[in-house]
This record gives sequence, structure tokens and C-alpha cells, in this order.
Amino acid sequence: MKVTVDLSALGKTKWYEYAVRFVFGGIVTVLAGLIAKNFGPGVGGLFLAFPAIFPAGATLIEKHEKQKKEQAGINGTQRGRTAAGLDAAGAAIGTVGLLCFALLVWQLITSYQTWIVLTAATFAWLTVSVLIWHLRK
Amino acid sequence: MEEFLLRFLIGGAVVSAFAVLGDLFKPKSFAGIFGAAPSVALATLVLTVSTEGTSYVATEARSMVAGAVAFFIYASCASWLLVRYTFPSLAATSLLILVWLAAAFGLWVVWLR
Repeated sequence: MKVTVDLSALGKTKWYEYAVRFVFGGIVTVLAGLIAKNFGPGVGGLFLAFPAIFPAGATLIEKHEKQKKEQAGINGTQRGRTAAGLDAAGAAIGTVGLLCFALLVWQLITSYQTWIVLTAATFAWLTVSVLIWHLRK
Repeated sequence: MEEFLLRFLIGGAVVSAFAVLGDLFKPKSFAGIFGAAPSVALATLVLTVSTEGTSYVATEARSMVAGAVAFFIYASCASWLLVRYTFPSLAATSLLILVWLAAAFGLWVVWLR
């Protein structure tokens, strides 16, 4: 299966759907900071891998897929949920990359410059995730 | 207060940016990778390094390993429920947050505390 970029997808998302993701992302980032301040970095660190906007994202995918199928005269409920499930399968692959991100930051952040470590760890997240996705397809 | 506002704005922007990237790609299984992007981590760690130092961030990243394993369990369960049993997305993914919490804190207690 070939990976493609569909710019028209941007127009399908309503302004309030963008706003919901922004607000959720902001709230979770504030909460992660508050939890670390009150309970220490050991507990706070768990929330750096919290599925922050996952429910909102999955709901959006289900809704868009359902609308698309219903425009074609097909009941899209099942297809919408399957599409959200496939997205979740991709996220499971992405978590392996996320694990590599965390391991690299843990091991390297005290020895190298922050921007170098965070850039390398983000690159590792993407590379590992894409590689596993290609191996699994 | 200023720090929290900054966290909110940076967190919202980084999470939204990765979410938009996820919207652009097809197929859905590939786009899903961006659902597990290190968005909250990037937004948090950049600010935390400047206020608390690198040792504090290293401790956070160590715990993040457990959080990422919990996220893997969460996303795998969500995929299974949605594809196999076609549960409503919002109900399934919201209820499974309890699974993430149990897995993350379970790992932390057993392995990291």
C-alpha cells in the first residue's frame, strides 16, 4: 500500500475540530506540568506519553468516514469505526517509536545539548515508526 | 500563571501540528502513527529543561518509557475493539484511558518507583 498526501483533508476538518484538538493538547501539557510539580518527575513523566487527543482524533475519523460513505448512499457507521480502528493500529506502531524517543532522551539529555537530543529523538520516533509500518504492511 | 499559559499555548500548538500532519496522510494505518507523536513530550521538555534542568528531564523521560508501553497497550486494545467489535469510537477510546492509567501506574510501581 502506497503512502499518499491528501491536502484536501485539511478542508474537511471544521474550525471547531481544530480548536478542540488545540485545547485538549494545551490542557494535557499543563496537566503534565502540574502533576510533575505536585508528585515529582517520576509520576509526571508518565503523562508525557498520555493518549492526549486520541479519543477526539478517533471520533473525528469515524465521523468523517461515516459522512463520506453516507454521501455515497451507504451506511457508514461500521466503516467509520473500522477506519478509527485502523488509525489506532497505526498509533500502536507509533508508540514503539515513542518508546525509542523516551529511551534516547533519558540516556542522552544530561550529556548533550537539549536541541540536539530532542531533534535526534524525534527523528528516531519517526524513523522507527515508519520502518515498522513498512515491515508490517 | 504565565508559565501555565505558555505551556497551554505551546502544548496546543505542537499537538495540533502533529494532528494536522496525521490528517494529511493516507492510508489510515500510516496516518495513525502521528496519533502517537511525542507532541506533549516535546512541548513539556523544552520548557522543563530551562526551569528544572536536565537531570529532572532525564527522570521524566525514564517514566515516559512506562507511559509509552501503556500507550501501546491502549492503542492495541482500541484497534481490536473498533475493528473487531465496531464499538463507538468515543466510548471505546475514552473508557480505555482507564487501561492506560492502570498499565502506566502498574509499570511505574513495579519497575520505576
